[in-house]
Amino acid sequence: MATEPTQKPLEEREAEFRTMSGQPIEPLYGPERAPADPDESIGRPGAYPFTRGPYESMYRGRLWTMRQFAGFGTVEETNERFHYLLGHGQTGLSTAFDMPTLMGYDSDHERSLGEVGREGVAVDSLDDMEQLFDGIPLGGVTTSMTINAPAAILLAFYVLVGEQQGVPAEKLGGTIQTDILKEYIAQKEWCFPIEPAMRLVTDMIEWCSENMPRWHPVSISGYHIREAGSTAQQELAFTLKDGFTYVERALERGLDVDDFAPRLSFFFNAHIDFFEEVAKYRAARRIWARELRDTYGAKREESMRLRFHAQTAGVSLTAQQPLNNVVRTSLEALAAVLGGTQSLHTNSFDEALALPTEEAVRVALRTQQVIAFESGVANTPDPLGGSWFVEQLTDEMEAAAYDYFARIDELGGMVEAIRGNFPQREIADASFAYQREVDERRRIVVGVNDFVAEDEAETPILRIDPALERKQADRLAATRARRDPAEVERTLAALKQAAAGEANLMPPILEAARARATEGEMISSLQAVFGTYTESPVF
Amino acid sequence: MEAAIARKIRVVVAKPGLDGHDRGAKIIARALRDAGMEVIYTGLHQTPEQIAETVIQEDADAVGLSILSGAHMTLVPRVVELLKAQGVDDVLVTVGGTIPAEDIPELKQLGVAAVFTPGAGTDEIVDFIRSGAEERHSEQHMS
Repeated sequence: MATEPTQKPLEEREAEFRTMSGQPIEPLYGPERAPADPDESIGRPGAYPFTRGPYESMYRGRLWTMRQFAGFGTVEETNERFHYLLGHGQTGLSTAFDMPTLMGYDSDHERSLGEVGREGVAVDSLDDMEQLFDGIPLGGVTTSMTINAPAAILLAFYVLVGEQQGVPAEKLGGTIQTDILKEYIAQKEWCFPIEPAMRLVTDMIEWCSENMPRWHPVSISGYHIREAGSTAQQELAFTLKDGFTYVERALERGLDVDDFAPRLSFFFNAHIDFFEEVAKYRAARRIWARELRDTYGAKREESMRLRFHAQTAGVSLTAQQPLNNVVRTSLEALAAVLGGTQSLHTNSFDEALALPTEEAVRVALRTQQVIAFESGVANTPDPLGGSWFVEQLTDEMEAAAYDYFARIDELGGMVEAIRGNFPQREIADASFAYQREVDERRRIVVGVNDFVAEDEAETPILRIDPALERKQADRLAATRARRDPAEVERTLAALKQAAAGEANLMPPILEAARARATEGEMISSLQAVFGTYTESPVF
Repeated sequence: MEAAIARKIRVVVAKPGLDGHDRGAKIIARALRDAGMEVIYTGLHQTPEQIAETVIQEDADAVGLSILSGAHMTLVPRVVELLKAQGVDDVLVTVGGTIPAEDIPELKQLGVAAVFTPGAGTDEIVDFIRSGAEERHSEQHMS
């Protein structure tokens, strides 16, 4: 006689099992859970609704891009790190900018004091961008740039470096983050109020759709939402809703969805709850495909095909017993790969302490190479597809996202929801609840609240030489001295005038960048028209 | 009960500098509030001047500075100096964030009472601030 398949064993370790984001896990998943319409909801890799992956052959055709995020100090140090990474088999570049650059302050601004080159590289003008990519043919690499509020300015610098190398804008490949909505939600690096910031994003989408067919002008990012303490469901829902908002703005501008949607890409976190993460990526693809087709009228499959970059969860790294982070990062990276990522950054084990050392960065890159070349997991598309557990988690993830979409719509859409602090409050609540679980040891973090080591050796960390700040200020002074001040003034005045009107801001930004106006000068000119942003924080 | 209702402990939680990492600051702010304290959270991107002014205006017993940008050796001394310059020397100053172990002695020498690094439990932080602030209250009472 067959036993009841879902019968609970007499004793289980826990009264209830949940994912790290709180989704209850049942005692067993079996064939009674199989989706009723697998062709419709799961389909085949490379075909609508892309649940199993954006491409038919997935990693059999081409592995994901191993793209380690790097940037610290001045452009010379970062340029050296770029050459180092390319020399070790990395296949794409990814630039981290320092806080002043992200906030639109030049390195000699008083707010920049102590921050220059600390968390990324300082870039003030076209001079710096030229040095940053020195010796790197931009026609032969793809570059990702993590910058948002001032994204249009950094893109202009990059386009001009390409031009100098003889690579026209239409041949440049890469991604610039530009996702300003998640800044107000989570990462909190802004320059302008929400509406003018949205106009700049839309200007970039429009300009890139006409001039940079190989470029991704927006990378719609859940990474920072998750790092701010959200659940996987919140990360998924808020990110996709941000994406729909950009689509709506571009449609209002009169663009054809099939002209720009194929160039939108995504950036998700790869956190430690393995199956939940895989389900999140699969649900993201399915929802995006459906909404682009049914709500926004996309006709081309490329518009419906969600492609994403993933980064392992910085927030999951522990300062205690840091070598354990290599293991965490491996599991997270594996989830991203089994979830079908197009590119991947693996964090270094020492990043809870400081920016990574060269050795730690190498181990992180090697982690991806072991997964790609030794583990065998890249040999077939979506190897977890059809798992009763994974398919159900995917469905539940999708349902949770639609619940949030409805709540945000009731609030009047994402911009209004952000103004009302809705996503910010949801994240703060989730983040606090998680921390309580850790504090109360209802959730074990190895080395932190259990399995603690008393005699930990100190880990060598990367120190940023404080003299770099002076060096960068000198570089900037030299730029200011060399350029034609009348031309700078003229182009900045033109930028201001354009900002007051409705024209696309990319052309006047390119002109000012060419005249070697600094990032800070351009941002100040725009702020004179747009104003600035102050948050009323909730906790 | 004979004593008047004790004044609530007042804590300023502040984010100096430009980094937007506010997960830790918000968790601590909330934990302190849940523990019955009066919490003033400054929000992001504060200058040392703004923070010192808030601490003085709010007559805070303690200030928690949350920094994850690596700029702590520039920003923390500045806040401490500004407080001292205004004659404020009894406010408990704590720092939280990615602070390398080798920087901690120097921060403590400046007058920072405690540095909480990643993995520190919220209960530990709440207890530290409560006992420090209660000490301040009793000293004020005696003087």
